[in-house]
Amino acid sequence: MNLEPSIRAFVEKNFYVADTAALGAETSLLDSGIIDSTGVLEVIAFLEETFGIEVADDEMLPENLDTIGRIARYVAKKRAQAPDGAKPC
Amino acid sequence: MCGIAGILALGGAPPTLGELRRMAGALHHRGPDEHGAYRDERCGLAHARLSIIDLSTGQQPLSNEDGTLWISFNGEIFDYVELRAELTRAGHHFRTASDTEVIVHAWEEWGEAAFPRMNGQWAVALWDRKARRLILSRDRVGVRPLYVAEHAGRLWFASELKAFFAADPSFPRRLDPRGIDETFTFWSVVPPQSVFEQVEELEPGTTLIVSADGRSRRRYWHPSYPTRGEEAALTTDEAAQAVATTLERATSLRMLRADVPVGSYLSGGLDSSLVAALALRARGRGFQTFSLRFEDAEYDETTHQRTMAEHLGSEHHEVVCSKADIARLFPRVVLHAERPLLRTAPAPLLLLSELVRQTGTKVVLTGEGADEVFAGYDLFKEGKVRRFCARQPSSKSRPRLLDALYPYLTRSPVAQRAVARQFFLQGLSEADQPGFAHATRWRTTSALKRLYAASFVERLGAFDAKRRLLDSLPDDFSRWSPLSQDQYLETRTLLSGYLLSSQGDRMLMASSVEGRFPFLDRDVMALAATLPPSVKLRGLDEKHVLKKLGRGLLPQSILQRSKQPYRAPDALAFVTGPRAAYVDEVLSARAVVDAGVFDPTRVAQLWAKCQAQAHQGQFSNADNMALVGVLSTQLLHQQLVATRFEASEAPLRTEVTF
Repeated sequence: MNLEPSIRAFVEKNFYVADTAALGAETSLLDSGIIDSTGVLEVIAFLEETFGIEVADDEMLPENLDTIGRIARYVAKKRAQAPDGAKPC
Repeated sequence: MCGIAGILALGGAPPTLGELRRMAGALHHRGPDEHGAYRDERCGLAHARLSIIDLSTGQQPLSNEDGTLWISFNGEIFDYVELRAELTRAGHHFRTASDTEVIVHAWEEWGEAAFPRMNGQWAVALWDRKARRLILSRDRVGVRPLYVAEHAGRLWFASELKAFFAADPSFPRRLDPRGIDETFTFWSVVPPQSVFEQVEELEPGTTLIVSADGRSRRRYWHPSYPTRGEEAALTTDEAAQAVATTLERATSLRMLRADVPVGSYLSGGLDSSLVAALALRARGRGFQTFSLRFEDAEYDETTHQRTMAEHLGSEHHEVVCSKADIARLFPRVVLHAERPLLRTAPAPLLLLSELVRQTGTKVVLTGEGADEVFAGYDLFKEGKVRRFCARQPSSKSRPRLLDALYPYLTRSPVAQRAVARQFFLQGLSEADQPGFAHATRWRTTSALKRLYAASFVERLGAFDAKRRLLDSLPDDFSRWSPLSQDQYLETRTLLSGYLLSSQGDRMLMASSVEGRFPFLDRDVMALAATLPPSVKLRGLDEKHVLKKLGRGLLPQSILQRSKQPYRAPDALAFVTGPRAAYVDEVLSARAVVDAGVFDPTRVAQLWAKCQAQAHQGQFSNADNMALVGVLSTQLLHQQLVATRFEASEAPLRTEVTF
């Protein structure tokens, strides 16, 4: 399933982004200043609560968290690895 | 210290006494002691006086001997005694003991060249009746404010722009998108831009002459530094000796040249402690000191303040600021600042100036300016580390210096460290470009523009705040050392536009208190600019030379403590405790749409998020700035745009009509 819409909705609302058209799936959330070092913790808390995954320390990297697309792919991968019975979203 | 205002008819109607009296009335807080007005068929000058020098005969407006040159003046010329002696030798006759009259004769003698000769803080208007020209001038770094506007065939000027609105109901009141956008980039407008359409803030260090022939404008001073490598060849000890001598004279001038008692702020930090210690040496006996304490331990510096007060033997006064105080004062803060704010930090300073006023003191010394002049800010260190990283972008060890700069990073979760690293190491390929050190702050601040309404973005069009600033740099900018470049930008943006204005003049004058800033003395700034960067920022040791000269003057604990930036509770002030009634009102969808700057849905989401997170006791930097920025912009709109600022006609002690 496509996780992008729910991740996008969270980012737009939690970081109050008015110009949503400018926020592409591959727009860097860090470089554009939408997410700062505190904001990234909010993203992680959202992912863990919403998708039932656990973000490990060594996964807390821009490679996984810097764009809506990367976050969606990262969550999808985590869920694919999870044992049966991981919480659905 | 005072408020000045006036009108010059440029084809429009002559100024009326009512207009001048309403302008003086709007500036009453700046000068509650007496008011005056001058008026002829072309020009009108208004003045609200806070009497500090020459209490008995210093009334304004004031003129030369034959009444052809009139002045309305706000500020102090600290070397007026020396200038007066020089002018007397040149044949000028003085009727008063004021510094105001010195400016009049200095203009007669030297014309435009008079201003670079002055060591002081001023906003001044001179009306030359014979030549029919109006001269407006502002001090080097913009300690004293001065706004200029053209409306209805007249040129208007005033210390605070609310005087325009009070004088004339037809004066346009519209927020200027470019001024808002500069604020949401640099934390402040950059003069001549203001946040109101049709209103210009006269640039610091500038003289503007207006006559029927048009306008001429000259920048007689801007921050300037030696070419890289050509700085004064001084050891730290020699530099400390030179700075000590110059700073002592600067402090002495500001402590002693007043006909009313002068006190001093004590923040608990190095700069105000140095100023107070030198002031004691100059005066030879005790004076009053004032400190701001915080109810929240995170922001409080009481221990250091009291250590310093005891060291000085001063008559010490304190006021404690709570979050509720900040929420309560914030609308007044915005009304006085007349611009959006991204921090609540000015609010506690309003509380502090009220304390000063209550003790009857009219003048205080502060340590403002030391961080710009002697390189105290983290931003300078951050720039140095980032430039160092840029020279070896593949180095893994160099970025670890960031941990030395921001120790909290080593204690932060992995995710925060990774994000912080990407943040600080962004744009390293532009390390040689102007604005490199400031890029991190400007990027963080600019990110808040995501709250803009679509219609506001449209009004902004292609405007690029950063581009405009960087296009206006002096020709020799790129020849200065990187630290000097960073100091220049900091002086021109944050110091002039925010620290001296929103956090300085406006919060002091709201309580009719004058601030004096020894670190911004002409000679101190000139000396500091020539010092080698390594004397100011040695390794990552900020204000190195000041610490050196502080030995023997200050207690060890003050010298050795790590720098604590002055901060106050931001968003937290508005979401804890009883809700200030105005918050819901100015953040309502209707109010947000009326102001036309932000998107109402996103403002509602921001506000909901802040409320939901109140129990955590802290907010991200972005949320803090966003909420304070939106609230202040909305309060600005409510108080100065949606409603017209009104003032009663001030009674005049001095009235001159031709």
